[in-house]
Amino acid sequence: MYAFDIERPSTIADAVAALQGEDAQALGGGQTLIPTLKQRLAAPSKLVSLSGIGEMQGVCVGDDGAVCIGGATTHATVSREAAAHYPGLAALASHIGDPAVRNRGTIGGSLANNDPAACYPAAALASGATIVTNNREIAADDYFQGMFSTALDEGEVITEVRFPVPQAANYQKFLQPASRFALVGVFVAKYADGVRVAVTGASENGVFRWAEAEAALSANFAASALDGLTVDADGMIGDLHGSGTYRAHLVGVNTKRAVEAAS
Amino acid sequence: MASVSMTVNGREVSGDVEGRMLLSSFLRDDLRLTGTHVGCDTSQCGACVVHVNGEAVKACTMFAVEADGAEVATIEGEANADGSLSVIQQAFQDHHGLQCGFCTSGMVMSAAALLKENPKPSETEVREYLEGNICRCTGYHNIVKAIMAASGQDVAAIAAE
Amino acid sequence: MPKDSGIGASPKRREDLRFLTGAGKYTDDINIHGQTYVHFLRADVAHATINSIDTSAAATMPGVVHIFTGADFEAVGGIPCGWQITDRFGEPMQEPRHPVIAHGTIRHVGEIVAAVVGESLEQARDAAEAIVLDLTEKPAVVDMKAAAADGSTKVHDDLTSNICYDWGFVEENRDAVDQAIKDAAHVTTLELVNNRLVANPMEPRVAVGEYSRSDDMHTLHTTSQNPHVIRLLMGAFVLGIPEHKLRVVAPDVGGGFGTKIFHYAEEAFCTFAAKAVNRPVKWTSTRSEAFMSDAHGRDHVTKIELAMDADNNFTAVRTETYANMGAYLSTFASSVPTWLHGTLMAGNYKTPLIYVNVKAMFTNTVPVDAYRGAGRPEATFQLERVIDKAARERGVDPIALRRQNFVTEFPYATPVAVEYDTGDYEATMAKLEEIADIGGFATRRAESEAKGKLRGLGVNCYIEACGIAPSNLVGQLGARAGLYDAATVRVNATGSISVMVGAHSHGQGHETSFPQVISEMIGIPEDQIDIVHGDTSKIPFGMGTYGSRSLAVCGSAMVRAAEKVINKAKKIAAHLLEASDADIELKDGQFSVAGTDKSVAWGDVTLAAYVPHNYPLEDIEPGLEETAFYDPANFTYPAGAYACEVEVDPDTGKVTIERFSAADDFGNVINPMIVSGQVHGGIAQGVGQALLENCAYDEDGQLISASYMDYAMPRADDLPFYTVDHSCQTPCTHNPLGVKGCGEAGAIGSPPSVVNAVVDALQSGGKNVTHIDMPLTPSRVWDAMNNA
Repeated sequence: MYAFDIERPSTIADAVAALQGEDAQALGGGQTLIPTLKQRLAAPSKLVSLSGIGEMQGVCVGDDGAVCIGGATTHATVSREAAAHYPGLAALASHIGDPAVRNRGTIGGSLANNDPAACYPAAALASGATIVTNNREIAADDYFQGMFSTALDEGEVITEVRFPVPQAANYQKFLQPASRFALVGVFVAKYADGVRVAVTGASENGVFRWAEAEAALSANFAASALDGLTVDADGMIGDLHGSGTYRAHLVGVNTKRAVEAAS
Repeated sequence: MASVSMTVNGREVSGDVEGRMLLSSFLRDDLRLTGTHVGCDTSQCGACVVHVNGEAVKACTMFAVEADGAEVATIEGEANADGSLSVIQQAFQDHHGLQCGFCTSGMVMSAAALLKENPKPSETEVREYLEGNICRCTGYHNIVKAIMAASGQDVAAIAAE
Repeated sequence: MPKDSGIGASPKRREDLRFLTGAGKYTDDINIHGQTYVHFLRADVAHATINSIDTSAAATMPGVVHIFTGADFEAVGGIPCGWQITDRFGEPMQEPRHPVIAHGTIRHVGEIVAAVVGESLEQARDAAEAIVLDLTEKPAVVDMKAAAADGSTKVHDDLTSNICYDWGFVEENRDAVDQAIKDAAHVTTLELVNNRLVANPMEPRVAVGEYSRSDDMHTLHTTSQNPHVIRLLMGAFVLGIPEHKLRVVAPDVGGGFGTKIFHYAEEAFCTFAAKAVNRPVKWTSTRSEAFMSDAHGRDHVTKIELAMDADNNFTAVRTETYANMGAYLSTFASSVPTWLHGTLMAGNYKTPLIYVNVKAMFTNTVPVDAYRGAGRPEATFQLERVIDKAARERGVDPIALRRQNFVTEFPYATPVAVEYDTGDYEATMAKLEEIADIGGFATRRAESEAKGKLRGLGVNCYIEACGIAPSNLVGQLGARAGLYDAATVRVNATGSISVMVGAHSHGQGHETSFPQVISEMIGIPEDQIDIVHGDTSKIPFGMGTYGSRSLAVCGSAMVRAAEKVINKAKKIAAHLLEASDADIELKDGQFSVAGTDKSVAWGDVTLAAYVPHNYPLEDIEPGLEETAFYDPANFTYPAGAYACEVEVDPDTGKVTIERFSAADDFGNVINPMIVSGQVHGGIAQGVGQALLENCAYDEDGQLISASYMDYAMPRADDLPFYTVDHSCQTPCTHNPLGVKGCGEAGAIGSPPSVVNAVVDALQSGGKNVTHIDMPLTPSRVWDAMNNA
């Protein structure tokens, strides 16, 4: 790693101030950032650790019924504390990485990084979540802007994520056998006003909504509604672990399985 | 440099560290607690698992300064006060749950975290919990067996030698 | 009633106490006052001419002690290869120079281009980034068949081609095999890949070099399976350090699996540099570095043909293999696809005619050498896969086809130059059918089908050759080393024993199992016996641990040394008991005179040896310490039968191992607990090869699977509990313990049964899939199903 300083502010305001410095970068749980730093693929002069900010921790339910998760909340905490309110989301959190990773990795870190194979982006997009930062609220549909790319500005911190709670939801992750990230992950969420389907791991443009499946499932929330629907293999990631065609196929399989598990 | 202090295996320790110093380096290089091993650089192998404030974490994927003020437990502190092996350690020996010993520290620390959370895990639960701990020697058979035995389950019925 | 000590007992491992408490002492735990750290600048291109290396800016950076390049190593030797192969035209293999640091040309990604020694690792790495390389890239040679073509870019300009050797075995059989295949009633042909693997012991390699000016002594602490081999190769061939001025220490080593046998450039560098900078020099590999600097394994592309008569008797086998050597010849690379592969092509079967052709190829990739099994998995895989395919083509039961062709009489001389001393393949197959409950498979398949899954059963046999020997034979075959081992049994005055062994334990549990043998022989408790290994300054010249040889070869040396000790002790006892030494018997730690009640305890005899007041000084020397070197008369031949049951998800192609059973014949077993553990681990590595692991390069020679993010290691939830059995025991006929070796069997015996099972599952689902190349990842299985 290159040399850097670490600050550990205890308030959002202090964190935002600390991030104003040149080449300053936020440090969530570090489960992706630290390996990146080890490879010397990033050279921040300062890391601002968000783990000591109490107001960014924990899970609660808002007045509108949405599940609100502090940006520095670990996956392990989400899996425990969101279980009663949004079991589909808690189940997703309980299968990110491994137990030790879940004890450090945070929802804000995952969404800010927007790895094309990460799990949380699928949940946020399928839930129509709101990404709350230190200075604005961003709809999930506007937030994800392609692989490793988001609507966040320099120095902007995800302080909270609000998930409207669906009537039914499920996440199906097919593992990339080495990294254990999603080779393809599909989150299906059924709301009163329609069904949302978000896919991670598959596309070269990062997480996306599968519009045809949403339309079919909004009309008939049953796996059979997906019969004959396919996603285009063009634009799908092809690598050592599977071709674009295979990933496109898995999108269909996982979506069906998610519907069956959610129904 | 930043000064850090923490409790490691019940002992107060402190030191001056660079921001980039990992907890694993602080334990191994500064405190000479070399039982915590580093087997990869992508946060996957789990040889470095320790407990920070009671939770299993990968010491190679956490900065030492982030453990400032924390209670850290490593393999060196796992044995009973009288020096005898803990129940988990003893089960690993009884069931031949280790060969070269390199992944063992992390395995034992992960097993301890699992059994605290889930005192009687099923075989599937043990295997899933060990997702972040790679062993190249044992094929996991005897590790899974040892952890189930440590939880008080009759493993003779579950798996043969 | 199971024994609680001695041969056949399963005492708990004594080494576990330090490993379970964090008290193990691995090489990276060694830190020496004043030590420096080396960071290796490694090539990020596969093939290039080095026009210049400018280290001037880097040399002035903070903390830099010294920067080394290839020019600094011009005067020393290259990394040697330990086995010369003679090709089928009688010519020696092509053997390129293997520099410690690349000089003039880069030949694989990861090759060392420069080395920065610094006060801290990060400072060394900072400086390495300031080194300016002027390179001219060349096309990378990656595909082996393309590399063999006329006009291919050459990995080594000074060689005539990329072919290291074109080996034929047994060359005299070539025409007869061709004719038999022409005449056969049926020939089954299979083309396959034995995938390239990375051994991945959990402890990455480490080297710490030290030099003492006061006595001109070099010390290397290294993660090695065979410290004496490293001392010999590095001292005599690379650095020119006489052996009495070089000590090599391999303390606790965190797994080896073959990849820690070899002498590596980093070891030579740290030893060399420690003298040059007059300070200790430490290198700790990261896992990412390990992927591009540890020797890889396997990587064969093979076509095999199995000829049968009208009654399905095997009449001939012909194979043609391209074997990847990588860019340079690693220590035992050349022997793996030849003597460790060709000699095993008979398998468990009485095929009368066999011809093996191997073309060893240089490519712009990391060197390839022995990995758990080394050559024998490659032989077993192709043979057991082609037999399965043949059974399907002939419409016969694959187990019955194997049985029909089993070797049944021993000793058996194969047509590929080896003689199996003993075995009972019918017994292990019968045992397998029992423990795998093959009779219950149909019911289990129906249950899987009810869940929408395809279930398959795959069975295979294997034979392997362990304890490679004897030295005078392997010398004729090109080995540049002896293959004996050595042990010194040092009895202390009060009767406790230290045994210094040439074998090295890095997971095998020698510290526990070797004392069981001595305890059995002498009758004193195991805790009175300690094993010393891993330090050339303490142990006799032994060849280390690989090829499942430790007990069969080094254990035999230990028995011979212990026999000498006992013989001498009997003479002392005879003197003390005033009897003839021919009448002395040793049992349970007591010497007695046959037919009398006169006896003397072990401890009294050992004390007399060291306090020789009442002692036959005129006949024998004081003291009680003996050394033996043991050079086996033959290989040992463990064999067995394995069964795998899989479920395949037809929607995704994902394969799940549902059951895995192994029936092995290891001859006599010293510690059944440890033996089972060795089989478990071998199976996991074999399943890993079959389903998960794939070391892949792109066409530019870039390593695609360069970390655990892309190289899939088997994890706990990829594997089931295994059922293993080693009750079928035909003891080895030529070593004193009757043991055969168990370390590699699991890795050799398991891949074919996994692939056989998946093919069986897909066939049961109506898919005409006859083969899928390993690893059988979900995407490959799905592709195969959908293209069938």
